[in-house]
Amino acid sequence: MILVFIDHDRGVIDDISLQGITFARSLDSSIEAVVVGGEANAALLGEYGVTKIHHATHASLTDYTPQAVGRAVAEVVKSASPSALITGGTPRGNEVLAHVGAMLDLPVVTDCSEIDLGASTVKRMRWGGNLIEHAKVHTSMMIASIFPHQIAATPAPASAEVIAFTPELTAQDTLVKIIDRTGEAAGGVTLAEAKVIISGGRGVGEDFTLIESLAGLLGGAVGCSRVVTAAGWRPHAEQVGQTGTKVAPDLYIACGISGATQHIAGCKNSKTLIAINTDGDAPIMSYADYAIVGDLHQILPAIIAATQAAKG
Amino acid sequence: MDVLVCIKRVILAGNTFALNEDHTDIDTRHLGYTLSPHEESAVEAAVRLNEEFGGTTTLLTLGHLDSEEQIRSQMAIGPDRAIVLETDGSEWDPQATANVIIEAIKKEETKFDVIIFGSESADTAGYQTGIRVAHALGLPIVTNVKGLKVENGIARCERAVGNMREIYEVSLPAVLTVRDGIAIPRYPSVPGRIKARKKPMDVFQVEKPAAKIEKVKLELPPVKAKGATMLSADAAGAQKLVEIFREIGVLS
Repeated sequence: MILVFIDHDRGVIDDISLQGITFARSLDSSIEAVVVGGEANAALLGEYGVTKIHHATHASLTDYTPQAVGRAVAEVVKSASPSALITGGTPRGNEVLAHVGAMLDLPVVTDCSEIDLGASTVKRMRWGGNLIEHAKVHTSMMIASIFPHQIAATPAPASAEVIAFTPELTAQDTLVKIIDRTGEAAGGVTLAEAKVIISGGRGVGEDFTLIESLAGLLGGAVGCSRVVTAAGWRPHAEQVGQTGTKVAPDLYIACGISGATQHIAGCKNSKTLIAINTDGDAPIMSYADYAIVGDLHQILPAIIAATQAAKG
Repeated sequence: MDVLVCIKRVILAGNTFALNEDHTDIDTRHLGYTLSPHEESAVEAAVRLNEEFGGTTTLLTLGHLDSEEQIRSQMAIGPDRAIVLETDGSEWDPQATANVIIEAIKKEETKFDVIIFGSESADTAGYQTGIRVAHALGLPIVTNVKGLKVENGIARCERAVGNMREIYEVSLPAVLTVRDGIAIPRYPSVPGRIKARKKPMDVFQVEKPAAKIEKVKLELPPVKAKGATMLSADAAGAQKLVEIFREIGVLS
């Protein structure tokens, strides 16, 4: 049996968690899940092939409490003895596995693209997916996160039984938790969820008006490269890349972005990638489906005009 | 306020990687070194804490003695002292790394108020060294911090999720892991660089234990040479793009 940790935010399950379940199904026919706080979500998890849900509830678990979540997951590991603990590689997924690894003194392998439980080997991503490591893991139980968007989440309907339990938490476990959230009213499309991202790099300069206009027309979000945030031209929240947000939209238009590994790590899973660059040999070109070589300050106004005309 | 920042030298990645002959490592002959972006921001955040509250910043690294170059360049913006846990430069896995850092912190006379890590390293990205250290020292930890304000011994930490920010509060002493963007690193001044050359650096040799996560070899991902379709840089090209927008369903 493989135990899958399910990341959720106030009951809403992230697609990357469903990717984690889908990946786990390729390793074992028996899949159980552990959900801490929120709701058990039996209908959704069952649809993806989970047959048993260990649902931790506790008076202290009113919002995400990282170490307490790790404690609850470690408790299920001890009682259910899975052959592996797997999760989709969300920031919280990786964080919770690290707590579990520290509590059980076991290794944790992150960003895996392949796992062989029999041989205890993995392939995992380095440099944000630009380099693959083959590793042997010396452990009594594999604890691994799956590189986001490595596989698509696909259903495999089953019926999920819910086992509710109250984890034994220490005072230290609940010291760090979300006490407030800000910026929710800001609205707009978030980078991670956007179907369309218009992204600008050094070639754009300080003025992002053209990028914003096209993003607005296509109902998309504005992104940028690290050069742009380091120069203070745009807020860090808009940075796409290895140390910014990793995205996988339907359409990504990279304007004036050369395509350093840092940036490619964040955008190469885009379904359609269009590059606009003065340099036809820029690395971004080899990741593009369509490319225009030229000055974005002349090309973007033409694209904006044509899009406006098409919208009527 | 005394701050410890744990940093790691990584190669200065360009646009592609080349591997050595037996594919066990990156061919570094023509490459320079730097710090992970998260860790450059971590040092800046530490220096700002010293500017606000006084105290010291100590840098700690595990790695080859050549890391001195990266340490001195970070010291030029303010850190007072460095600890180098010297190795032959080969890779250590996250557990081994955390264990040797824990031992080094325990040996220190300074009781650090804040211990900062990057949320993950640019190269191996294990997302766990800081968490393991926090557990071993019995300290609370907040990870992925992108905004930090300390008041009355309590750190208010912001973590970015989409367009939102989650707020966490933690009493010091604590461990934090931070992300690029928490503080944009300043450029070192010339006097800063000169002072950095003379700042104390303690070197301790450490022995590498057997790896729990043992690197066998490296592989370059297949380059999906997509063979981009070239469009003209004029109104006709723009019109063609509009058709593509329609085709992929982003424009109705």
